[in-house]
Amino acid sequence: MAANSDNVIITIENVTKNFGKSHALRGVTTNVKKGEVLMIIGPSGSGKSTLLRCINMLELPDTGSIVVDGISVMEKKTNINAVRAEVGMVFQQFNLFPHLSVLENIVLAQKVVRKRSTAEAEKVARQQLQHVGIPEKADAYPNELSGGQQQRVAIARALAMNPRIMLFDEPTSALDPEMIKEVLDVMVSLAKEGMTMVVVSHEMGFAKAAANRIVFMDQGKIVEEGSPVDFFTNPKSDRTKAFLSKIL
Amino acid sequence: MTASIEQPQEGKIIPVINNFSKWPWWALAIGLAALVIIYNFITNQSYNDAISYIGTGVITTIRVTLTAYSMALVGGLILGLGRVSKNVLYYNIATFYVELMRGIPMLVIILYGAFVVVPVGLNILTTLGNWLIGISFLAGVGQALTQLDIQKIDMSGRAIAGLAMGYAAFEAEVFRAGIQSIDKGQMEAARSLGMNYVQAMRFVILPQALRRVLPPLGNDLIAILKDSSLISALAVNDITQLGKKFRARSFSSFEAYNTMAFLYLTMTISLSMLVKFIERKTSRGR
Ligand SMILES: Nc1ncnc2c1ncn2[C@@H]1O[C@H](COP(=O)(O)OP(=O)(O)OP(=O)(O)O)[C@@H](O)[C@H]1O
Ligand SMILES: [Mg+2]
Repeated sequence: MAANSDNVIITIENVTKNFGKSHALRGVTTNVKKGEVLMIIGPSGSGKSTLLRCINMLELPDTGSIVVDGISVMEKKTNINAVRAEVGMVFQQFNLFPHLSVLENIVLAQKVVRKRSTAEAEKVARQQLQHVGIPEKADAYPNELSGGQQQRVAIARALAMNPRIMLFDEPTSALDPEMIKEVLDVMVSLAKEGMTMVVVSHEMGFAKAAANRIVFMDQGKIVEEGSPVDFFTNPKSDRTKAFLSKIL
Repeated sequence: MTASIEQPQEGKIIPVINNFSKWPWWALAIGLAALVIIYNFITNQSYNDAISYIGTGVITTIRVTLTAYSMALVGGLILGLGRVSKNVLYYNIATFYVELMRGIPMLVIILYGAFVVVPVGLNILTTLGNWLIGISFLAGVGQALTQLDIQKIDMSGRAIAGLAMGYAAFEAEVFRAGIQSIDKGQMEAARSLGMNYVQAMRFVILPQALRRVLPPLGNDLIAILKDSSLISALAVNDITQLGKKFRARSFSSFEAYNTMAFLYLTMTISLSMLVKFIERKTSRGR
């Protein structure tokens, strides 16, 4: 990976993060290349969310270094909001703004952060709604949408900021089974378009369709990583095998 | 909708009795009492004297209440944001103020505001004004500040300051609770879109929080209206003060206090109905 380091868009080196006595991350090192789709799996509490949250600075690592698109997340003078505007994040609970319509949800940050005009922001918003397949829901409110539709709006909202990287934290775990596919389809097509993605998810369908690399985390560490085929058919460590036998 | 959930045959008698016992008898009683008093205002000379004398205080009561309440809302929002702030100084100043005010009786706060905070505050401003006159481009501001005169701030102005000081602390806690009731994911989503803390507060958190705190804010409007009667301690001619005066010169306690209670109740009950109406409207919305 060091060979084509100019292609690397996220560098994570020896990152640790403690919450009081709980060690969420204990020395995580990995890279993400431009256009790569990295999938993170692991048992509950293994630090997957914490790692994602460190990448877009919702949490600050204790030690180590994270460089996102050439900007060091650790340095004091780094403009946090500049980093976040380049990194879109999709949450398990959607986190749409319930007091705003779908269109307003997507328009808000474009105007406030990107300083786009209302007309331009709305144009982008409608394009992104088209992109995720629900252009007709522009004027609906979040509580009038199904979970799958809400999550697709959340993806559109993040994409409208033109991020260079998209982070997904268990985007389908709060969804009913029949809605998982519509969200995964959007994610797969996003991957095909060349978006750099870091996805925490246990969806095997997505792993097969879109992931370039799988990372298995346990107890705050990366235990094993590899291509999807290798990883699922030929896991090396016992912990990975035990975990895979539970979720497959 | 299934048959099994339907009431058994004999149960049908009970709801009738229940409905009857659930009638708002208390409201009827209040309405009846009000009618009796209104009838007296028209027909009874001493009640008529009472209402024409004490009634002139209604404007003062309303003016003091609304001004103090508006100031308390602004102060409460600033303090409430401090109560949820991660800035150590901001948080501690806000918490200090809120804890201080909540531990002091409202009457004492009003006296304190009228005779300590307003005079001292004015003193500081005039001193600042004298100092600013020396700075060429701020001379105008300085001039204006030195013109401030304690004589020009009447007792009702000072009473407003006291009420607002006390109620700012209550509203701060209302706003704090409202802000903290909003799911943490909202702030994270806003921040992850690149908004800074202030933008996220202004466009995402506060609009939701304000909707939630409308009912408690309405209740506090009723509370401050009632507490405004305390300003009679500063001899401001509000309903209470005029009621006391009327009783003192006419010796008709019954008429004086019935009239006062009637005036306050008319306002508080109307407000409370308004609050319930707003509550129903907002809980139905999104
Ligand atoms: N804000 C926090 N305060 C305290 N402890 C935390 C916090 N966030 C995470 N932790 C702890 O850090 C560890 C890692 O949590 P994290 O959420 O990253 O795990 P995860 O792999 O995402 O788990 P899950 O699959 O349940 O989402 C856990 O032990 C968790 O309890
Ligand atoms: Mg998690």
